Formats: sequence, C-alpha cells, structure tokens
Amino acid sequence: MLSEALVEIRDVNFAYDSRPILKGINMSFPKGRLIAIMGLSGCGKTTLLRHIGGVLKPTKGYVKVDGQVIHELDQDGLYRMRRKMGMLFQFGALFTDMTVFDNVAFQMREHTDLPEEIIRDLVMMKLHAVGLYGTQNLMPAELSGGMARRVALARTIALDPMLIMYDEPFAGLDPISLTVVGQLIRRLNDALGATSIVVTHDVQESLKIVDYIYFVSDGAIIAEGTADDIRASGEAFVHQFVYGEMDGPIPFHYPAGDFNLDLGVKDQRGAA
Amino acid sequence: MPIARGLRGIGARVVNGVWRIGFGARFFMMTLFYSGMSFRRFRLTVRELFFTGVMSLIIILVAGLFVGIVLGMQGYETLKRYGSESALGTLVALSLVRELGPVLAALLFASRAGSAMTAEIGLMKATEQISAMEMMAVNPIARVVAPRFWAGVISMPLLAAMFSAMGVFGGYMVGVVMIGVDEGSFWSQMQSAVDFQHDILNGVIKSLVFGVAVTVISLFEGYDAPPTAEGVSGATTRTVVQSSLAILLLDVILTAFMFRGD
Ligand SMILES: Nc1ncnc2c1ncn2[C@@H]1O[C@H](COP(=O)(O)OP(=O)(O)OP(=O)(O)O)[C@@H](O)[C@H]1O
Ligand SMILES: [Mg+2]
Repeated sequence: MLSEALVEIRDVNFAYDSRPILKGINMSFPKGRLIAIMGLSGCGKTTLLRHIGGVLKPTKGYVKVDGQVIHELDQDGLYRMRRKMGMLFQFGALFTDMTVFDNVAFQMREHTDLPEEIIRDLVMMKLHAVGLYGTQNLMPAELSGGMARRVALARTIALDPMLIMYDEPFAGLDPISLTVVGQLIRRLNDALGATSIVVTHDVQESLKIVDYIYFVSDGAIIAEGTADDIRASGEAFVHQFVYGEMDGPIPFHYPAGDFNLDLGVKDQRGAA
Repeated sequence: MPIARGLRGIGARVVNGVWRIGFGARFFMMTLFYSGMSFRRFRLTVRELFFTGVMSLIIILVAGLFVGIVLGMQGYETLKRYGSESALGTLVALSLVRELGPVLAALLFASRAGSAMTAEIGLMKATEQISAMEMMAVNPIARVVAPRFWAGVISMPLLAAMFSAMGVFGGYMVGVVMIGVDEGSFWSQMQSAVDFQHDILNGVIKSLVFGVAVTVISLFEGYDAPPTAEGVSGATTRTVVQSSLAILLLDVILTAFMFRGD
C-alpha cells in the first residue's frame, strides 16, 4: 500500500496463556484512510486494537504508530502517544459516576487548560454531532445501549485524535442511527484528517463508508481489498461473510468435538 | 500422593500470599508516588471525602453513642464495687480515646466505606472504565485511587474523634443524667486524667495507621479484583475480613509500643 502509513503492524503474534490468538498479522493503515477489520466473533479483533493502544504486548513482531514502536515506549511516551489516539470501547465504558456532559468533557479537563465556557461549547458540539444534544445532564445508567455508545463516540472524538479506533460502533443501533454514525465516522475521518480503524461485523454498512477492508479469521488475515474488490470477490469465505451465508468455508462453531457425540445421537464410531 | 498434593497446595498458597503482599506494597508505593493530583486538584479529594467520610458519619455517631451508653452502665457497675463511681468519666474517656474509638470506628469504616470502595473500583475495572481511562492517557492510580486513599486517611481520625466524643456523651447520659453520678467529678476527673500527648495523640496516630491500612486494602482489592461479578463480590468480602484482622493486629502492635506500663 502507500508509503506513509500511520500504523504499521508487522508479523504480530500474541497468545493468552498458551492459546495463540494472533498468528502473524501484517497490516498497514495509511494516513487519512478509513479501514475496516472484519471477522467472526472471537477471532481477535479487539485483541488487535489493544495492541495498537499499547495495552497488550505482542509475543513476536511489532506495532508502529507514527513511526514509533508501541511496546518499546515507556509510560510517559505511551501516554503521550495515547493522547493522539481515540478508542471507542466495545461496550462503551462510560464513567458511570459522571453525567454525559462530564464524560465528554473528561479529556478536555484532564489534558487541556481550556476555560469552562469553551469546554461547554465543545461538549455541546460533540453531543450535537452524535445526535444527543439535550442529554448532557443524564447519567449513563439513564441511557439506552445505543445512546450510551453514541455518547462514548462523542467522548472518543473529544480531543480530535489523529487515530480513531472504533470497536463495534454499529452494534445495537437502529437503522437510522446506524447510517448517521456510519456517515459521522466517514465525515470525522475526512474533516479531522484522521486515520480511522473500524472493527465491525456489519459488512453492508462498512462497505458503504470504508476505503479498505481486512478480513481476519482465526488470528490471521484471509482476505483484504477495497470495498469494490470485496464485493466482486470470488473467494468463497469473503462471499460467505459478505452475504451472510450459513454454508461455506468459515466454521460457525468454536473448535471442539462433535456435538452429536455429546448428545449421544451418534456412537463413538460415528454411526447415527 | 495426597500428602504431596496437600503440601504443594499449602506451598502454592504461601507463595501466592507473598506475591499479593508484594503487589499490595507496590500498589501502595505507586499511590503515594502519584498523589500529586489529589492535592493539586483538591476538589477530587473533597468529593471522595464526602462519599467516604460524610456518608459514614451517621453510622459512626450512632455506634459511638451506643458504645458510650454500654460503657457507662458497665463501668458504673464495676466502679461502684470499689466505691469510685466518680471515676466513671475517666474510665469512659480513656477507654474510648485510647482504644475503642480508633478500633471500632476503623472496623465500621472498613465495612461501610472500605467495602464500597472495593466494589466501586472493581466494577469500574469490570466495565472497562479503568482501561478506557488508561487509553485516554489518564493514569487511573492518580485520578481514581489516590484521591480515595487520601480521603480515607483524612477522614479516619476525624471519624474516630467523633466516635469518641459521642461515646463520652453516651457515658455522660447514662452516668450523670440517669444514674446520678456527680457531674462535677465526672468531668473534672476526666479532664485531669486524660493526657493530651499520651492518650489523645496516640489515639490519633492509631486511627491514622488504621486509615492507611483500611484504604490501601480496600483500594488494592478493588483494583486487583477479577473483572467479573464473582470477582468483585469476593474482593469485597476479602476487604472486610482482611481490614478487620489488620486493624486488630496493628492495634496489638501499636498498643504494645505506646503504653508500655507507664
Ligand atoms: N483476558 C483474556 N484472557 C484469556 N483469553 C481472552 C481474554 N480476552 C479475550 N480472550 C480470548 O481471545 C480471543 C479473541 O478475543 P477478542 O476479544 O479479540 O475477540 P473479538 O474478535 O473482538 O470478538 P467480538 O467480535 O466478539 O468482539 C477469544 O477467543 C477470547 O476467548
Ligand atoms: Mg471484540
């Protein structure tokens, strides 16, 4: 791909205890692009984002952001790097003891000396952008799941980061919010000149907005390409994923023994 | 080999326990190291002072009153046998200031505020709020843990003092108002017997030490809790058990040093 990559992932391997999760991942995220990572539940997408954020360390390989190897940074360096990143957590992770307003204002208050009036205006702008102007005095417990995710989105972009990571931004949204959030992600990316990584299952929505797509299965990349490449792809698993078919090369089940054996429907020799 | 397995089990527990003490000590050091923000932005600490200190006030006052009443009744019973009912004030005040105030207030504090701190931080961890904070380049030890630590350390001696004051009042109600001990000797004997440095200051030192122990245990258990419902509930239980034992053990040690037969 292009030479000027903001994020470079080279041969990243990772295991929880001794169970390998990531097996030699190579990706590159050029500046200004909006890139999706897709894959089945449990294939290691969140784990990969954690590597970019420096929460987890690869057992082999490295992740480079803005020219620096993440796992070699000390705490100060890592925190300086994270100030330039925004991460939308899969389950929102709003601070439950603060109002919506304080949640969105959190980073502005922690990292800047902006006066309260300006913070107020900025927070209202961010809330307006996600369609939740007017909810600023609610507590997170008073929001629906989809609203909480949109507040979390507003909080993620509070400081206009150069790299935005979205972990399942579309989960639990109604069709209208889905389109709005999808467009918002695209617009934020272009307006801020940011680079965005969207982890999602929502193939149709992301095909509409992203520049490039990686398919991950079982800890390795199995396909990649632009939205048009993917739509036109003849590869069986891509086709299966894009059109949501039951039958195909990607197994739906967690790797384990034969369920029929467990039920006693079959005997050990496999005869029904 | 059941014996070998038993031994291995004991060994694993001991090793695990030593590890946890090590982690706890490191956590305590980190908390002290990152305490700057708790004072630079004192509002954060004040907020926690409200939740830990002020919210514990009612239970501390009520418990102090009850303990004082019982001390008044029991003390009167015993002192009457030696004809020294007038020393009731001294008895009540000394027992409270030296011993019962710091210890009982700390035990109540551990079960009221300590368990709440553990559960709160454990849940923040389980719902990824701590991770989110770290991803926003905000150190959770500085932002979440340290203000709670200082709030606990500041409120503990104050709560113990309230407890003792309420207890003395309870003893006064029973002894003077109800039973009829002479009011003048109740107060004057108390005043001459209670020494500021020897009794009050030592009591304050005790409650400061208890405050540090209880808040460090509570915060560490919360921060170290497995991010699940069972993990948090187990951690909350451990907070109460370990804090209570720590308070009583520290009390033995401190008392041995403070009141060596003089
Ligand atoms: N803390 C952990 N300890 C051990 N194993 C873990 C841990 N977190 C995740 N895993 C395992 O790592 C694998 C990848 O998890 P990950 O959260 O990255 O999946 P994901 O691709 O984000 O899935 P989803 O789409 O459901 O969010 C899973 O099989 C999971 O069982
Ligand atoms: Mg995930």
